[in-house]
Amino acid sequence: MGVPLYCTKIAKRFGREVEHEGHSHGMHVFAAPPSVVVDLCRFLKDDPELRFNFLSDICGVDRYPQTPRFEVVYHLYSIPLKWRLRIKCRVDDPPRVSSVVGVWKTANWHEREAYDMYGIVFDGHPDLRRIYMWEEFEGYPMRKDFPLRGYKDTYNPFGEEKTETSSSSLSDDQDNNSSQPGEKR
Amino acid sequence: MGILENRFPDNVFFSTADSIINWSRKSALWPETFGIACCAIEMIATGCSRYDLDRFGIVFRPSPRQSDVMVIAGTVTKKFAPVVRRLYDQMPEPRWVIAMGTCAITGGVYNTYAVVQGSELVVPVDVHVPGCPPRPEALMHGFLLLQEKIQKSHVLRRHDPESAMAG
Repeated sequence: MGVPLYCTKIAKRFGREVEHEGHSHGMHVFAAPPSVVVDLCRFLKDDPELRFNFLSDICGVDRYPQTPRFEVVYHLYSIPLKWRLRIKCRVDDPPRVSSVVGVWKTANWHEREAYDMYGIVFDGHPDLRRIYMWEEFEGYPMRKDFPLRGYKDTYNPFGEEKTETSSSSLSDDQDNNSSQPGEKR
Repeated sequence: MGILENRFPDNVFFSTADSIINWSRKSALWPETFGIACCAIEMIATGCSRYDLDRFGIVFRPSPRQSDVMVIAGTVTKKFAPVVRRLYDQMPEPRWVIAMGTCAITGGVYNTYAVVQGSELVVPVDVHVPGCPPRPEALMHGFLLLQEKIQKSHVLRRHDPESAMAG
């Protein structure tokens, strides 16, 4: 199998902005800066010869202590042509990327997940709320500086004590129970 | 029972009355149809014809208002804990709770930021049924233990036998 059509097309359209990072796990990988991700996605979806009409996943990655710290990974699939490809987008801290909800509607919940777990903010997202954790939850649990067992409270006596450094990025007026949802007796 | 509860001494009349009340309570334990995770599958199997909880008078009810046992069958996450508490609060007294499975007892392998480390922290638990998930026989044993506990409980009689003697 030679170089797939989408590799040459991406190289032709975006030149050096989008870098080809090789082939792994059955997929060609491209690295795109946050500024061109939406354009690249729209191009891949709308081009009549590519038709990547299905966004199978958006993942967040925390590469702490590397910089840029975060990475957003898009997995695309072309249903008519049976092609898969992966786009990686490295973002700084605090992480901000443009939303691709305008390209694929399904990105809505994927982006909410990445926001919930990693705190990656998707500009232009219509409804960027937490999707797994409750509204009052503080912190982003999949970040590497978030303790695995969470913070100590009445429901979680084995969690870590909140210290000044660990809660510095969070709001100031929190007591032990503030991370519990709803009423408590 | 309201004003009559735990007011009377231990004597033939009240201990007989207690044993009748307890017998009637333990013979028709109605659990909530309420399962949280994989333990619920085992709980459903226990209720179905092969294991058949009905023969103990245990019939699943669709509303907490009609039930007197809550089987916490699964992992209680912190997000779900207020719901468990509310369902417990909606049950009429007397009410009992069975924590089914390791997750419900201690949080199990999920020693994480999202999981309540034991449903004891949310509602008072009467019987713990260990297992991951417990087999239907284990849950049935849990129900039988609960029946034993109910049969021994004081309803009209005072809790403390010494003060009951004095009174």
